[in-house]
Amino acid sequence: MTARIGVVTFPGTLDDQDSLRAVRIAGAEPVSLWHRDKDLKQVDAVVLAGGFSYGDYLRAGAISRFSPVMETIIAQAKAGLPVLGICNGFQILTEAHLLPGAMLQNNHLHFICREQKLRVETSETAWTADYTAGQEIRIPLKNMDGRYVADERVLDELEAEGRVAFRYLARGAAADGYGNPNGSLRDIAGITNAAGNVVGLMPHPEHAVEPLVGTGRTDGLGFFTSILKKLVNA
Amino acid sequence: MARVVVDVMLKPEILDPQGQAVQRALPRLGFEGIADVRQGKRFELEVDGPVDDAALARINEMAETFLANTVIEDFTVKVEESK
Repeated sequence: MTARIGVVTFPGTLDDQDSLRAVRIAGAEPVSLWHRDKDLKQVDAVVLAGGFSYGDYLRAGAISRFSPVMETIIAQAKAGLPVLGICNGFQILTEAHLLPGAMLQNNHLHFICREQKLRVETSETAWTADYTAGQEIRIPLKNMDGRYVADERVLDELEAEGRVAFRYLARGAAADGYGNPNGSLRDIAGITNAAGNVVGLMPHPEHAVEPLVGTGRTDGLGFFTSILKKLVNA
Repeated sequence: MARVVVDVMLKPEILDPQGQAVQRALPRLGFEGIADVRQGKRFELEVDGPVDDAALARINEMAETFLANTVIEDFTVKVEESK
């Protein structure tokens, strides 16, 4: 049976269609989920897609976090449901306290849109098993609120437990796609929860799954094949 | 009706680039002597009924769970004079 992967649409979500498409290209069955539905339609995993849910009013992700669909997702994520939060989805996951820390406005106050080079720091999550630790990938980055912050204790804990999942590559100039694009502490681009089922990152793997568009590479496809492999083996 | 004001500010240790941008603009506009600027949010809540301890407790809870993100922000709650 094909794995069913849900993609949530909130008012203001932009990247749901690309995420559904990425799921399909990876070989899974994409399922659209609406923010007002508590029912997850028996999906095996959930993607919280990027965009500007509720216009980023109050704080990015703050209002979406209290939507009916999130009530179910929060409860099931704690019980092991794989959840991937991309960009606004990552912001929602921190607001929901499924991931520690918070996302703030980029330190330079500009919207950023570019190809971003990242290092995958761990393959020990539901969404990164098809990468190898230390692998460098290039996927698009586009956001206004991408500055990851947490207090020192939380940052040390994330490092010690191997839960920094992705880091912006520090060498070279920021304009090359290298370097920290937004002032994120310790160059953190994405993190995972302790169990490895909940992952959030700012750059957009769903925009790099076909050679024709995005970076012209398919470096993002590994997210969607990783989860598929995990679900098939489960 | 009573008004309750919730002020939300980024914690002191969190970088506030918006406040810095404002501060840097001040000398250009001829306003000297401002050493630092930090920018926050103010919520004005018009409350039905009396603002008793129970109502204030609920507003505190609202501020803590929703209006502020206590990972990065501090908040204060104060009652303004009834109109």
